[in-house]
Amino acid sequence: MTKEELENENIIEVRNLTKNFHDLTAVDNISFGVKKGEIFAFLGPNGAGKTTTIKMITTLLSPSAGEIRINGYDAQKDQNEVRRSFGIVFQDPSLDDELTAYENMEFHGMLYKVPKDVLKERIENLLRFVELWDRKNDLVKHFSGGMKRRLEIARGFIHHPKILFLDEPTLGLDPQTRNHIWDYIRNLNKEEGITVFFTTHNMQEAERIADKIAIIDHGKIVTQGNSEELKLQTKTSSLEDAFLELTGHDIRDEQVNGVDRMRMHRRTMRR
Amino acid sequence: MSAIYVLWIRQLKRHFRSKSRMLGSIAQPLLYLVALGMGFGPIYQKAGGGSYIQFLAPGIISMSILFTAIFSGIEIIWDRQFGFLKETLVAPVPRLEIMIGRTLGGATVATLQGIIVFFIACLIGFRPVNLALLPLSFVFMFLIAILFTAFGTTIASVLEDMQGFQLIMNFLVMPLYFLSGALFPLDGLPKTMGFIASIDPLSYGVDGLRGTLVNGTHFGLFKDFLVLGIVISVLLSLGSYLFSKIQV
Repeated sequence: MTKEELENENIIEVRNLTKNFHDLTAVDNISFGVKKGEIFAFLGPNGAGKTTTIKMITTLLSPSAGEIRINGYDAQKDQNEVRRSFGIVFQDPSLDDELTAYENMEFHGMLYKVPKDVLKERIENLLRFVELWDRKNDLVKHFSGGMKRRLEIARGFIHHPKILFLDEPTLGLDPQTRNHIWDYIRNLNKEEGITVFFTTHNMQEAERIADKIAIIDHGKIVTQGNSEELKLQTKTSSLEDAFLELTGHDIRDEQVNGVDRMRMHRRTMRR
Repeated sequence: MSAIYVLWIRQLKRHFRSKSRMLGSIAQPLLYLVALGMGFGPIYQKAGGGSYIQFLAPGIISMSILFTAIFSGIEIIWDRQFGFLKETLVAPVPRLEIMIGRTLGGATVATLQGIIVFFIACLIGFRPVNLALLPLSFVFMFLIAILFTAFGTTIASVLEDMQGFQLIMNFLVMPLYFLSGALFPLDGLPKTMGFIASIDPLSYGVDGLRGTLVNGTHFGLFKDFLVLGIVISVLLSLGSYLFSKIQV
């Protein structure tokens, strides 16, 4: 491969990806690619299959069919290489409540083998950045929801991976913090060339930040492009309208409960 | 290596930070020692068995190691429910290392727990017969600890929520404990009981511990050691395999 081809190669390559839970198809034969250094927004209503897709890409869930290549590695065969390539901020909490804020950060840094001196400095900077430095020795179980969220995001930035996955990172945060965090992410993207893959329900956010957008609904990718292309395609003036035009106005809560129920059912029945 | 270390230290921090857990882990064995030890003491003596506390203490030490170890292993279910498991599973660390770190952490906690109960027993009248064998007792404590932490991890890898937990307690952990010879001598048991005790891995742990603390072994120390070693290898392999297959 020439240098140019390498640069043009997609750092995330998903082909014909499918995931079934029993007879329910959560992700239905989707394909997309994300270029190196791109900020990619993955949008869709509740229960559309966003989180399931992210779980498969990040090796937490194995696909029913299809192929995923991350940073050139197969997400099923070279799991350790793939895991070395990305960092992730999950949608739901993943902190250890019985550890302090500092210990949670330290734990992460040591798992990701960040050198000790770099780690110390980064933890301090990041905890200051999310305004938790004076609470660093408090157990996380005493934190409010917003504080936990901030800590979780800060933890995701401790190591600098090639790809950063952010599953609704700014959910439940006030606008100040949100902007603050997006500035930081954009900066990481620009300075270190980190590819960003994120989901959100905030369309202004997606419109402002993403280079490219894919919309998923009922497990299928409805459309992909930048926000101008999406607006043009739907003859609308904002991404929010384009999104509604593409995915309809029905409320999807039932669906997400359905998937959850299936998963719960699967959990209790399995083995 | 650093991954094994952080997971190990995490188990220790979590355990020794939880005051209720610490308190429970002291109060429960104390209750058993006092109630059973003093309650059955006279009749045990009358039957010609000697001091029941001497006999019982290794059993209660084993019990508290068993419970602590199983809980440590089974903590994976909590981690799954509170989301922390994901954080470790996406890390660029072989899952085997994660499993080893957790298991060593749980086993260390359980062994320390056993040592604490050993001292409590000494306070209420228990006396190890041969102090030179004491280090070997600690080895047996660690073997029991590692066996049942691995056992807990194995179970937790296939259970996905807490609903199965009561079942595990009632149909696995309690029988393992009550049928092991922790509370009664294995010599001269009815055939079926003797057989059941002989397929309970805890029996060998209790026996090894009793053998090194008060010289009363039923199977022989070598056999105890061998059986524990084999069961540990099997459970560690099985646990690692199942743990590597966990999906969230």
